[in-house]
Amino acid sequence: MDRLPLILSTFCFLLGFVATVRALKMGRFRPHRFNLAAMGAGFLFQTVFLYQRGVSLGHCPLTNLFEGLIFVSWSITFFYLVIGRAYRLSLLGAFTEPLVFLIQMAALFGPSDTHHQLLSNRWVEMHAAFSLMAYGAFALAGVAGLMFLFQERQLKTRRLGAIFFQMPAMIDLFEANRRLLWAGFMLLSIGLAAATRIPVHPAPAALIWGGAMWVVYLGLLLARRVGPHRLAWLSMAAICSSAVALCAFNHFSQGAAL
Amino acid sequence: MRAPLHILCLGLSHQSAPVEVRERFAVPEADLRKGLADLSSRPGIAEAVIVSTCNRVEYYAAAEDIEMARCALLQFAEERSGLAPTVPDPFYALEGTRAIEHLFRVVSGLESMVIGETEILGQVKKAYAAAAAAGTTSRHMNKLFQRSFNVAKEVRSHTSITRGPVSVGSVAVELAEKIFGRLDACHAMILGAGETSELTARALLSRGVKSIFVANRTYDRAAALAEQMGGEAIHFEECEGRYHEIDILISSTAAKHLIVTQAKLAPVMHKREGRPLFVIDLAVPRDVEPAVNDLEGAYLYDIDSLQTIARQGMEARRDEIAHCQEHIDAHVGAFEEWMQAAPYPPHLTA
Repeated sequence: MDRLPLILSTFCFLLGFVATVRALKMGRFRPHRFNLAAMGAGFLFQTVFLYQRGVSLGHCPLTNLFEGLIFVSWSITFFYLVIGRAYRLSLLGAFTEPLVFLIQMAALFGPSDTHHQLLSNRWVEMHAAFSLMAYGAFALAGVAGLMFLFQERQLKTRRLGAIFFQMPAMIDLFEANRRLLWAGFMLLSIGLAAATRIPVHPAPAALIWGGAMWVVYLGLLLARRVGPHRLAWLSMAAICSSAVALCAFNHFSQGAAL
Repeated sequence: MRAPLHILCLGLSHQSAPVEVRERFAVPEADLRKGLADLSSRPGIAEAVIVSTCNRVEYYAAAEDIEMARCALLQFAEERSGLAPTVPDPFYALEGTRAIEHLFRVVSGLESMVIGETEILGQVKKAYAAAAAAGTTSRHMNKLFQRSFNVAKEVRSHTSITRGPVSVGSVAVELAEKIFGRLDACHAMILGAGETSELTARALLSRGVKSIFVANRTYDRAAALAEQMGGEAIHFEECEGRYHEIDILISSTAAKHLIVTQAKLAPVMHKREGRPLFVIDLAVPRDVEPAVNDLEGAYLYDIDSLQTIARQGMEARRDEIAHCQEHIDAHVGAFEEWMQAAPYPPHLTA
């Protein structure tokens, strides 16, 4: 029964995605309508679920992979609501909803939710929370990158599909991508700084990976020659490799990496 | 018990008559008040509105006796033009449901030359305001025209009839906005002062392009065009050195060889550090090497690709007409119900 808000939230994301695809197919998509409402409702239910879980555990609900996946979904939705609205990228929601839906479905039907890894102290909690929020921002940057590449391909091939005229401007997508990468980088920095206060890290491989990603993202953000096209590809590649790596670390460390 | 009023429309449009015929029946703005007074004073005409634009001339009337009103409208048209109006060609005479539906289609842009254009709504609003000010409208015409404006609004907001560009200029603007977002920070350059490039540049300027450079083989022609558009004329030989300053390049020279090549633009793109460049090649033979499109951040569109997109936009709008018609039909039905129930106008019951 405690999963009800999570199920409702997953349903909201599915509904928003289906409604957007349907509207786009019929050529009647209107920004900031159902799409935003569905994302907002989904976020609300996610927050309720995480809050209830946090209260029952007595600390941040990041004690297993199931909770970690929900936390990342929450973070993606949070950044969508902040960045998506700022740049009027309502169609970003159409690309974000299936991602969040799939993550939550994977959480609901994938990992076991019975075993809870003890968060030994506040620094571990802080490290995990900020790092996962950072990956949420990076994931959304990857979504913006995907949209950029999608639009660029249509422009280059001169085959403009029905969705083209509903897409945000490429310059806005590039700017959103960069800002999300900066936001994620800041959060990851805080997460890694917190990790330095942990005497014995429960998953050192994940920590090393986090450090490596910090360097990669710093390079991406500071390199002057990385144009919008390369930034889009690299932000997608970085988040995909991070997702694979975190799942692998989690598998091999028996859940210690989450 | 008297019969209810009927709505009539007598008109001709770009679909039924060439401009030399339309202009004979047109009612200039200065003449409109007089024309409305004349029309509404004719036997059988209770209320009247005249819509006269460059693409259509239509006389709308509310009348008790359809035949009498029809004759009055034809007579009015004949007296104004000196030509006997013939129905159904080039004139169309519509009554009742068909007249109401026609007005709703006109204001929604479905009868326009460029389907879905929005200028017609403003023109019909102006025509109605003139009739209302002249006192030739009453209950029926007021209700009919006000409802037509609601129909137009509903059709535009609930369908895709106004979506997508349908001309070379609007395609260029739309693509530029998809690349750069707002155009008020963009600089453009025209190579060759041809008519299409001028039109395209004007379309971009109307959306707020910050500045325009004009380069032409004949400097005086460039200077004249630059002055007209509030831009800056540059010598043709200088243009290559200014590529790094611009975001949009419109080329339409009469040159027989390529003016913009990949080799020339590659170092420019390198300097731009990811800032995109939108290249519009309107020339035949082409001015821009197709391989320019392979450069990262460069988007090249020639006249054929722009025209194809414009054609697709028009086709998409045509496909949307059936959807618009559903909205219109619902309003036509509702208006007819109102007509049946509407009390008789006071000045006709006397």
